Amino acid sequence: MDILLRNCRVVSPAQKLDEVADLLIVAGTFEKIGTDLTAPEGCVIRDMLGAVAAPGFIDMHVHLREPGFEHKETIESGCHAAAAGGFTAVCCMPNTNPAIDDAGIAASIVEKSRNVLQGVVDVHPVAAATKGREGKELSPMMELAGAGAVAFTDDGAPIQSAEVMRRALEYASMIGKPIIQHAEDTAMTHGGAMNEGFVSTALGMQAMPPVAEDIIVARDIRLAEYLDAQYHVAHISTAGAAELVRSAKAKKLRVTCEVTPHHFTLTDEAVRSFDTNTKMNPPLRSRSDVEAMKAALADGTIDVIATDHAPHSYDEKQVEYIYAPFGIVGLETALGLAMTELVEKKIISLHQLIEKCSINPRKILHLAAIEIAEGKRANLTLFDPTREWVVDTQRFKSKSKNSPFHGMKLRGKAVGIINNSSSYFSES
Amino acid sequence: MALTSRHLLGLEGMAKEDINLILDTTISFREVLERPIKKVPTLQGKTIVNLFFESSTRTRTSFELAERRLSADVVNFSSDASSVRKGETLKDTARNIEMMKIDMVVMRHSAAGSMDFLSRVIDANVINAGDGAHEHPTQALLDMYTIREKFGKIEGLNICIVGDIAHSRVALSNIYGLKTMGATVSVCGPKTLIPRHIMDLGVQVFYDVDEALASADVVNVLRIQLERQDRAFFPTLREYRQYFGISRERLDRTKRSIVIMHPGPINRDVELSADVADSEHSLILQQVLNGVAVRMAVLFLIGTRK
Repeated sequence: MDILLRNCRVVSPAQKLDEVADLLIVAGTFEKIGTDLTAPEGCVIRDMLGAVAAPGFIDMHVHLREPGFEHKETIESGCHAAAAGGFTAVCCMPNTNPAIDDAGIAASIVEKSRNVLQGVVDVHPVAAATKGREGKELSPMMELAGAGAVAFTDDGAPIQSAEVMRRALEYASMIGKPIIQHAEDTAMTHGGAMNEGFVSTALGMQAMPPVAEDIIVARDIRLAEYLDAQYHVAHISTAGAAELVRSAKAKKLRVTCEVTPHHFTLTDEAVRSFDTNTKMNPPLRSRSDVEAMKAALADGTIDVIATDHAPHSYDEKQVEYIYAPFGIVGLETALGLAMTELVEKKIISLHQLIEKCSINPRKILHLAAIEIAEGKRANLTLFDPTREWVVDTQRFKSKSKNSPFHGMKLRGKAVGIINNSSSYFSES
Repeated sequence: MALTSRHLLGLEGMAKEDINLILDTTISFREVLERPIKKVPTLQGKTIVNLFFESSTRTRTSFELAERRLSADVVNFSSDASSVRKGETLKDTARNIEMMKIDMVVMRHSAAGSMDFLSRVIDANVINAGDGAHEHPTQALLDMYTIREKFGKIEGLNICIVGDIAHSRVALSNIYGLKTMGATVSVCGPKTLIPRHIMDLGVQVFYDVDEALASADVVNVLRIQLERQDRAFFPTLREYRQYFGISRERLDRTKRSIVIMHPGPINRDVELSADVADSEHSLILQQVLNGVAVRMAVLFLIGTRK
């Protein structure tokens, strides 16, 4: 595929690059970067009208639901949603059926993804840390890594036992891979459907205390320090957990974390509507937790923005709040929410956004850094930071539409992606 | 005069005028219950479905009596003998029943928010007979009616709710309703059974029952649930009785005249001693009588509101 992108604002913070340029991509590689470039014969020309061209974004927390839950999402529909959201790569979580605790399963997922949209979205599996995600025996991490697994987790469940977490960190560190923890003390949160706070009291709803997240993060950081292992907190949501990660970083421990867009946008007040699209785990927290997330994004405590894209079918969510499954989709609203809630409001800069959506996650997962330079493979996220749009869940490429953001006005939208000699451009 | 909302989902945010309308309307229906023929044709020709997903004798019976005395046609649905066992969702169950052209649904369900959900998926008017630990508005309304009947007012009175506050829809609805009507409300119980943020609802918290009784005009005693013992909420019934139980000795110690209420069913000699339950302080049986009248008022106001 040959394409000439005119008038891009090329922003690559790692290369200290932020300038307007044309990008000529031939056979998937940057042939020329400059101004007033001419296109060779048969080359597609697109005027990007000043849209940002950044190193490809990666969403390191996505539930593709295949194998086992194809009614919610498939690798195909999930990759479509990722491309529409501006992601050139996703990490898929292992709570499929069967779980990704076997090299064959991991390999087949990667293989399938190569046939979607000509492989424009890379799928990097995050494999199960324990067999069947039961939290008892370690999974064959070495084989799984060989099949493409980039990290290990038991997400949507925590590794509850300290001993098992110790062994998992120990083993994974041997092969240089991180353990990603869904931090939740399940004995404390059992039966809970929302954050424990004033709103849960006012609604008489069984709730999950924020401290249940904090104590697991505190414990795991100690273990990571003891073992000099790499540890990453999935979907951090409490001020307490952010403070613990901040202290760990001050001690130069290899501790990182990610936050979802809904955790820096919505509070537990949203649950008053009893709309099950406000139900996820970790739950929407209090105003002070949300402010702490924003402060942690600004000071670098939070390294990554990742969606925890969790598709569920319409019928599954159309039940009483306590019976509804946890989770919302996020691939197609992530960029808009990050731009509107963080960059527009000057909480982080555009450069920091690119760090959190591309540079940092790739570093954490030991994926090669993306360079926008002649001779390098083109891996780009193209987005218009000023485009205003209204979220319409019916137009999502994802099979599932479970999002609380329907009707919300956002500023900032993905225009297209370029990767693996292919491209994808959104229609409107 | 009509209620603001066509549903009765809860007392949170319900205006004082609406609460007064229900309480004032209750007076007429209370009078009906003193007649030899306790029946009025008010809701004749209306069909009401009692959709009870949680077992309940007293509330269901109270509603059913209220409905029949208003001459409505009543259909009872209990989740034991029904399609719920076959896996049908609440939404489908409710919609199927609604298709049979019914006018009102009275529902009790174990999930907080299920009433809001129901009101969104069916067209009929909905009355909340209890949704999880969220609200039980008719209970709080009958409690307020009973208080007003005894004292002539609600404003300025000091009401203390004692027991398992954290899991109680009766407590929450009472807090919302009483605060709106200008009463001072306090709660008392073991710390493990009082939600952390309850004081943000404008309620004083006591862990010492004697301290709580020192200023209370009314004590509304909640039933302590034995299952809570299993999940480490409190150690033994004996300890609960000793430190939180309302007994004759405890009442005598206050040297004050305090009115005792209880939503029922009572665990005799646990949260309430037998002699107090049967004493002149107790308005418990009055609550039951008023309950039917309050529900008649609610059914009338919701049933005649389009």
